[in-house]
Amino acid sequence: MSIDIAQFHQVFFEESFEGLEIMESSLLDLEIGQPDSEAINTIFRAAHSIKGGSGTFGFSAIGEFTHVLETLLDEMRNGTRDVTREAVDVLLLAVDSLREMLSAARDGADFDANAVAEVHAKLERQLALGGDQAPAATAPAAPTESAAQPAGAGDWIIAFAPHPNLFATGNDPVRILRELRALGRSEIEADLSQLPDYAEFDPETSYARWTVTLDGSVEERAIREVFEWVEDDADISLTRGADAAAATATQSGADDTAAPVVAAAPDADERRTGEDRRTGDERRSTDRRAGGNTAAASSIRVDIGKVDSLINLVGELVITQSMLGQLDDPQTVDFEKLREGLAQLERNTRELQESVMRIRMLPISFSFNRFPRLVRDLSTKLGKEVELKIVGEQTELDKTVLEKIADPLVHLVRNALDHGIEKPDIRAEAGKPLCGTLTLAARHEGGNIVIEISDDGAGLDAEKLLAKARERGLVGADEVLPEERIHELIFHPGFSTAKELSDVSGRGVGMDVVKRNIKELGGVIELHSTFGAGSTIRIRLPLTLAILDGQLVRVGDQTYIVPLVSIVESLQIDPERVKSVVGAAELYRLRGEYIPIVRLYEVFNIEPQSSALEDGLIVVVEGEGQRAGILIDELLGQQQVVIKSLETNYRKVDGISGATILGDGTVAMIMDAGGLIALNRIQPQSPIPSPKVKAA
Amino acid sequence: MDTSMNAQPIEMGIGDNVSDADQYLTFLLNGEEYGVDILRVQEIKGWMATTQIPNTPEYIRGVMNLRGAIVPIIDLRLRFNMPAIEYTATTVVIVLKVECEAGERTIGFVVDAVSDVYNVSAEQFKAAPDFGSHVHTDFIRALATVDDKMVILLDIDRLVGGDDVLNASGSQH
Repeated sequence: MSIDIAQFHQVFFEESFEGLEIMESSLLDLEIGQPDSEAINTIFRAAHSIKGGSGTFGFSAIGEFTHVLETLLDEMRNGTRDVTREAVDVLLLAVDSLREMLSAARDGADFDANAVAEVHAKLERQLALGGDQAPAATAPAAPTESAAQPAGAGDWIIAFAPHPNLFATGNDPVRILRELRALGRSEIEADLSQLPDYAEFDPETSYARWTVTLDGSVEERAIREVFEWVEDDADISLTRGADAAAATATQSGADDTAAPVVAAAPDADERRTGEDRRTGDERRSTDRRAGGNTAAASSIRVDIGKVDSLINLVGELVITQSMLGQLDDPQTVDFEKLREGLAQLERNTRELQESVMRIRMLPISFSFNRFPRLVRDLSTKLGKEVELKIVGEQTELDKTVLEKIADPLVHLVRNALDHGIEKPDIRAEAGKPLCGTLTLAARHEGGNIVIEISDDGAGLDAEKLLAKARERGLVGADEVLPEERIHELIFHPGFSTAKELSDVSGRGVGMDVVKRNIKELGGVIELHSTFGAGSTIRIRLPLTLAILDGQLVRVGDQTYIVPLVSIVESLQIDPERVKSVVGAAELYRLRGEYIPIVRLYEVFNIEPQSSALEDGLIVVVEGEGQRAGILIDELLGQQQVVIKSLETNYRKVDGISGATILGDGTVAMIMDAGGLIALNRIQPQSPIPSPKVKAA
Repeated sequence: MDTSMNAQPIEMGIGDNVSDADQYLTFLLNGEEYGVDILRVQEIKGWMATTQIPNTPEYIRGVMNLRGAIVPIIDLRLRFNMPAIEYTATTVVIVLKVECEAGERTIGFVVDAVSDVYNVSAEQFKAAPDFGSHVHTDFIRALATVDDKMVILLDIDRLVGGDDVLNASGSQH
């Protein structure tokens, strides 16, 4: 009955990372001086389960590390230790180290042993100072060094005799012994006298007994804790022995797994690799968080409510199906009922689709949760006072989108802290409150999710930006740009206005990458900034990458789909309003703005129904911050379409973001407004100037 | 896959080939007979209207919905610079699995008509002669004589892999 323990690893890692997040957010919420005991309990419980799990799975380094952490937390929980800012800082560091160790264990990589040891030392220093407790409390904190310590007054003699049915309760004595050993210097003796003949041997029965001699300085409570789960399934006696008792011949600790516990063999290997990892001290890349997300599980945790609603819907679908099934006699077909049934089927299908999509939806708090820590650390580092407000963290969006938005968001928040919010003295001069405010907000708007990052900092200095752009030749010397166009310059590749490079942000790669990432997700990014009063960056993303709301349009005999998100309006052409530039480029005057007209049939090389402007319609679309009017023959209906990639069997096509299959089984191309505008610009026959640029 | 195949006896089919042979599906293009490895054939469909892909050469006829997958359709006549003809009742699309750098792709090829299935063993392979620069022979695996007819065996992976249009990644603006 050898169980492959590795199959539980994934669950352990998932739960542990979740636990770490709980610890981190609770730590950040802890009020210095007067902590909420419930919060400390939460942190303690999370640490405790990580410790338990890592012990079970043989990640001994993690277990040992967590143990120290747990001791510290336990003292805080009991009120024997004050919650100081330093302690919280160290605990946060420890959470980071744990995250790194767990990621390393999951990916089979090495973690930075030196860094971990450093944090470990810091934890112990915390334990040693503070706290009203006597040295007894600090002793278990140093398990690795315990071998060097002189034997205590009297070592513990622990007799551990599991009942024969121990395995049936899901407990593994090896794990317990290993935990004991982690407490301090120990010697473990196995008593195999109860072991029957091979023929009588029942692998599901526990026959072995153990006598453990453990370092006397270990607290009794710590030992009791190890046996917490098996108290009712074993006879345990705990006595203080004389020094001499420890000297009796014993089996060495390393052999404990050789005892006839059937499940022990794989564990032994497990532990060995664990130790190999611990000794590896190759330095890992610095960004732990980024590393932590790479091999991340492709599994998803779904709220049971969502699954229940799916089951209900499938139930309804079955009912509808059987109802329609009863109508299949052609003699007596009741059209009224048939129509009713089809309507019901349509409703069921739509609801089922929505529910299935909802399974992939996660609250954005998964992404927002990292920011309190980030803001805390960064503002301290930058010497700024910043209050972070999070609004709408329960807003849900697709898991894929959520994962891809994480890094751009971090970048934007760093930017806001670094360049946006000013130092307190500058803020005081400007008459602002000393403490800056950074707001992260998310909300649903139509079929989109809107994420806003706003600060009440310095805002963008348009003149400085423009000067910089001129210097770099991005803007002509006598070109006049409206303010919003100037602000958009920060999205230009290689444009960084930071006076000096800092390690927080500003290496010149940044906003353009952010913009590209957002664009890849089918989203748009907008910037509103008032000099001296702050900036707001608004990201608009589709809720899911799999489905979009589209407007079907016809050009010649081809049907295209224009995503509704990119459509501003559709209108009939008034020939009076069509203007031309140098006889070629066509512009349409719309409420004081000149919008280039894109003749789709020219750009896509297809045969139109009519090339006369007045016969067609223009669909005004917005992409990459620019507008264009796309000339089409006819507007057809609107519908939701499932996006299919063209790249699976073909390749990327300019001006097209994908394809879909329409109700009649034919394929329709989905237009990419931004790509189309760019494509139109490079068509040599129609040199169209940038729309919003007016000559001085 | 090409030369020595499994030793299982193949049912006597067309031609007088015995063991050690691969099966090839052959089709007609402008009176010439071409063959593709039958294991690559996913299905054969009648011609249906396709959806055009903007700005592509004429030989890419567009894309088709193949049970939910978007499959590009290539007119082999036009690909080989043969004169175009009206599609008729015998015009078919042979859907093939193609291995290329980007992974496995499914692509449909329009041909005049499906011809036959032959067993062709490696001994029957004749290397294609060098036609000079005006005919590319990279994608011809071999020539084979079956029933006194010449069959041109295509290396479909090379045909697709060597096609710039099919492999270019859209230019970034």
